Amino acid sequence: MTAYIIRRILVAVPTLVVLILLCFFLMQVAPGGPFTSERPLPPQVLANIEARYGLDQPLWKQMWDYLVGIVTRFDFGPSFAYRDRDVNDIIAHGFPITLTYGLISFVVATLAGMGIGVAAAIRHNTWLDYIAVGATFSAQALPNFVMAPILVIVFTWQLGWLPGGGWNGGQWQYLVMPVIALSTSYVASITRIMRSSMLETLNSSFIRTARAKGLPEHKVVWRHAMKPAMLPVVSYLGPTFVAMITGSVVIDVYFSTGGIGRAYVDSALNRDYAVMLGVTILYGGLTVLFNLLVDVAYAWLDPKIRY
Amino acid sequence: MLGSIRRYGTEMVHRTEQSERIIEALVEGEAIRGRSLWEDARRRFFRNNAAVGALICLGLVMLFTIVGPLFSQWSIEEIDWARMGNIAGEGHPSVESGHYFGLDGLGRDLYARTIQATRTSLIVGVIGAFVAVVIGTLYGAFAGFVGGWVDNIMMRTVDVLISIPYMFIIILLMVMFERSFFMLFVGIGIVSWLDMSRIVRGQTLSLKNREFVEAATTAGVGRFTIILRHIVPNLLGIVVVYATLLVPLMILVESFISFLGLGVQEPNTSLGALISEGAGTVIYGTPWQIACPIFFFLVTIISLFFVGDGLRDALDPKDR
Repeated sequence: MTAYIIRRILVAVPTLVVLILLCFFLMQVAPGGPFTSERPLPPQVLANIEARYGLDQPLWKQMWDYLVGIVTRFDFGPSFAYRDRDVNDIIAHGFPITLTYGLISFVVATLAGMGIGVAAAIRHNTWLDYIAVGATFSAQALPNFVMAPILVIVFTWQLGWLPGGGWNGGQWQYLVMPVIALSTSYVASITRIMRSSMLETLNSSFIRTARAKGLPEHKVVWRHAMKPAMLPVVSYLGPTFVAMITGSVVIDVYFSTGGIGRAYVDSALNRDYAVMLGVTILYGGLTVLFNLLVDVAYAWLDPKIRY
Repeated sequence: MLGSIRRYGTEMVHRTEQSERIIEALVEGEAIRGRSLWEDARRRFFRNNAAVGALICLGLVMLFTIVGPLFSQWSIEEIDWARMGNIAGEGHPSVESGHYFGLDGLGRDLYARTIQATRTSLIVGVIGAFVAVVIGTLYGAFAGFVGGWVDNIMMRTVDVLISIPYMFIIILLMVMFERSFFMLFVGIGIVSWLDMSRIVRGQTLSLKNREFVEAATTAGVGRFTIILRHIVPNLLGIVVVYATLLVPLMILVESFISFLGLGVQEPNTSLGALISEGAGTVIYGTPWQIACPIFFFLVTIISLFFVGDGLRDALDPKDR
């Protein structure tokens, strides 16, 4: 097991390095630097600015400094658009908000999806099963950017129950719609995966044995069927996590939560590459870390896996 | 089929003359025409009502994007100055003003814009799937067939690329170069083939030790010819299924990006951009501005899901 984890880390590290270097490379080959503007700056001013941001250094040195800065000091460098803020400030300001509702959505999607999926599988071919299958099939086509406006139209403008945006320190009223919008299509996907995998498990021979020896049905499901049936869901958690991270950009923009997504989109519109790269690398790092955890969890759950 | 063989069998005892002919016919492969995988799949697919219904819906949407512009009285960028001052009052969908879907927030014709947006989405989806099929299939088949360290390096590369949050890379590409259709296709092309290559590689691994590949090798067929002529045709079923399921995913990616305002630039538009605009203006009493794009978005995506699901049931050998 330890050897397996170490091997997985050895794959994860180059992934991160490739990501950082790829982003940095893209920034270099992009036409037009961050300081090209309609009115050309005097050459001396430009030289000063470039020296301030280290852009006068040779390319390999810039790349190396950037990499070392991130790895050793967790420092993503200065922002190109805001003189008084660096990328770390922007991340530190928005990231806790995004992380809060992101994690809640992730947990909600996983638990709700697994719950509905197991319920539908146990009540196979009853009305509950049919409703679950039908609803989740359509709900898969409801991504966050469709759910968010629909929710706001219904709950804010028609019913007036919930605030249409803002954060307010993370009070629950402000969390409800972001979490629903972000998790709907993943509740649907996880439900479908859980249902079909549970159905398959319940048909296998060790479950027949468990039933034959007279175990009550709830014990059959929870003690025997649950663990093997969970495996496909666990391997789907990695993609779900990535989707939550990506989707949070829409939530941050649409609900004005003050999260990091707003800063990301603004930086994209301002061509503030430093912030874009910082956010991309941060999210990439989180993804790699999470995939590592998922793989370890999978190895722990599945005794058949080869280390 | 069994029944007919048995019948032939009993007749054979009585009429040797005819049996000769039947045996000859059997040898020639005429008497019992085998049903191919594709014929089987087509029959199974058309027995699936939901999938056929979805296919019809999808056909109608496509037809609409082709025929629709003929009836359009406005272009995507023309502003109806006469009505733009009072969009909530006069910009609603109506036949007599020529704005069948009403006006958008800037006084442009939503009918023309919805058609253009839907067409954008469909083209993006198809191109993404096409790139995935071409690159992913060749890459995966090559890695799986050659095996060894080549396979190892190729698949580790995919592992690295696949764990990067690709949405951010596409946005990065579009922002840094230009926000055009071309860059969008490049960005989507870069990411869409990764999953496909993994699936194809897995299938190739199970195919490459089969007898027909051995036979081809014995006959002296070269490696690349084997991949193209013997491995790839046998992968087609699974490739078609995953390509169909990929189309809606690519549409989702594109709509996501354009919802954020980072997609193709005005006056070109896309369903994500229209949904975003409509969501921003619905408070002024213009519900059609969000209803039209969401309707077309949902019909397209849900139909594609159903068609893909039907194809999987029809073609995937696992579920037989």
